[in-house]
Amino acid sequence: MSDKGMMNNPVVKWIEYRLPIFSFMDHSIGSGYPTPKNLTYLWNYGSLAGIALVIMIITGIMLAMQYTPHVDYAFDSVERIMRDVNYGWMLRYIHANGGSFFFIVVYIHVFRGLYFGSYKAPRELLWILGVVLLMLMMATAFMGYVLPWGQMSFWGATVITNFFTAIPWIGEAVTTWLWGGPTVDNPTLNRFYSLHYLLPFVIFAVVFLHLWALHRFGSNNPLGIETKGPQDQLPFHPYYTVKDAFGIGVYLIAFCAAVFFFPNALGEVDNYIPADPLNTPPHIVPEWYFLPFYAILRAVDFDFLWIVPAKLGGVILMFAAVLILLVVPWLDRSPVKSARFRPWYKGAFWIFVFFTLVLGWVGANPADADFHGVPFVIIGQISTLYYFIFFLVIMPLLSLFEPPKPLPASISEPVLKGGGTMAGAHAKPMEKA
Amino acid sequence: MRKLLPGLAATLLVLNLGAAQAAEGVKIPERHWSFDGIFGYFDRAQLQRGLQIYREVCSGCHSLKYIAFRNLADLGFSEEEVKAIAEEYQIVDGPDDEGEMFERSGVPSDYFPSPFPNKQAAAAANGGAAPPDLSLMAKARAHGPDYIHALLTGYEEPPADKELLEGLSYNVSFLGNQIAMAPPLLEGVVEYADGTEATLDQMAEDTAAFLMWTAEPKMEVRKRTGIKVILFLLVMTAILYAAKKKVWRDAH
Repeated sequence: MSDKGMMNNPVVKWIEYRLPIFSFMDHSIGSGYPTPKNLTYLWNYGSLAGIALVIMIITGIMLAMQYTPHVDYAFDSVERIMRDVNYGWMLRYIHANGGSFFFIVVYIHVFRGLYFGSYKAPRELLWILGVVLLMLMMATAFMGYVLPWGQMSFWGATVITNFFTAIPWIGEAVTTWLWGGPTVDNPTLNRFYSLHYLLPFVIFAVVFLHLWALHRFGSNNPLGIETKGPQDQLPFHPYYTVKDAFGIGVYLIAFCAAVFFFPNALGEVDNYIPADPLNTPPHIVPEWYFLPFYAILRAVDFDFLWIVPAKLGGVILMFAAVLILLVVPWLDRSPVKSARFRPWYKGAFWIFVFFTLVLGWVGANPADADFHGVPFVIIGQISTLYYFIFFLVIMPLLSLFEPPKPLPASISEPVLKGGGTMAGAHAKPMEKA
Repeated sequence: MRKLLPGLAATLLVLNLGAAQAAEGVKIPERHWSFDGIFGYFDRAQLQRGLQIYREVCSGCHSLKYIAFRNLADLGFSEEEVKAIAEEYQIVDGPDDEGEMFERSGVPSDYFPSPFPNKQAAAAANGGAAPPDLSLMAKARAHGPDYIHALLTGYEEPPADKELLEGLSYNVSFLGNQIAMAPPLLEGVVEYADGTEATLDQMAEDTAAFLMWTAEPKMEVRKRTGIKVILFLLVMTAILYAAKKKVWRDAH
């Protein structure tokens, strides 16, 4: 391999002897990292999320050089970035749309994990670290959306932080403490800015833990059976480096099309109106990636057993909708990972995807509206019910009763069925052709 | 005062919800603009006509605070023309060495002065509601330019059963149909410098296009850059795809 040549370079050797960073790289993303040979393009989303994070951090650092975190100047400073800073419009649109695309990528990544059972032993901690990353992303995105200090920034922040008033007894005090005052105001904006700058670096650190856990056992794969030897594997480099690079190219085409041609399509028009604490927008909605959770929050319009008031119930359910992902490895005890061999789970999974999308649609509509006579609240409640039944009832029951299809003996067996050769395992790829 | 805010906000919310319900069924017709699509561009002559309407009509009540005179170079004005336009405005500057504020004529780096000294004065002069700044209007409303055109041409006689509040006008395109702004554009309210006939439709269209430019002055450079970026990415991705195919050729 070409790496061998590099490792003979005296400078590389000198460094490697003192800091074995080259062999570390080789074992992380190089030819020394064996990877299942049957990964589909759904396995590109991890590297895409990494690229999305890097894009957000770079543009964010540059925006921070021009942004002013003060209620009187924040909106104006964003407009100055858009108009007077060289390529400021590009930085801001990349950052604003980058958040949305980051979520698209990560949601697909999560659904891929759910479909192929990537959370199962021995990858439970890998999955849990992923859920922690998702929660950190949500917090970061929420606080970032507040910074331009438009109408939706202010009222979104007011609605979301008001959740904490639902905590019994201490709710009001906790909320005042979070706000740094009696309402969402300058202290709130300042601390959100501080945390919005901090959290991405926490995310970066957890990404390293996530990758560390990934490299312990390697990627799961579409068959959900573990690799049994070199015949099932390909070196990460060059096979998956080039495949990931191609995926990044496709991603950047879609991303840049949004940034340069439809930069405001995913935003709310109200956020181009400066924040006004005396004027509530008629229809407060969060960013699209929070809409399913917003719908779950609003689905609880009743007090539960006279003990839990509706507001508290909604807040609990909304947080539970994310937190429940943490225990998925223990809710699903089926020994079969991939839904390809779990016909019942496959059906339940796609219904789950459907209802999650429905929840997003419900979240985007006003609470009191209806769809051809069916109130959105009812649609939201049915969808919320399935959301939790999927995790709490279907997953455990299928583990017990579902008859799985027979699993292939190894990854290379079904791969070879097509009449191919064993070339993959023994080929000497990328020799000067 | 702090205690009052939530109550006030709630009241406004209720009023707004009423307005939102009343506005259901308001359809904003879709129009075609020179700046539509990935090859979209601003029509300089149209923007100059729109600027004329802003200066002669809108600026009586509405500020345009994110636009400096120097930005008008984007509309095709020469440096001299920009200077001349700026000089027509009186700008409050200061304090001077004696600590006094003073007035001077504008220079290209000045921003369009606001018609009122502050929000309270603007509200007091306009029946309690301050006319909003227009700089970002085309991005702050759904279907921005279409909406602005529909609003400016949406003034009608109210239906017989519709009671209007004191001082409000009937507008089919406005949320709740009652708008504090009196019909601003009447046939012949401006005489276009370029000789274009100043019909209501023409004026509304020019104003909407001008406000799209004030909201997104970098739109042309953004779309032009985007085409180059996408072309580059298409070539790069095609090469990466070929590389992927070649590397993986023997892998299965």
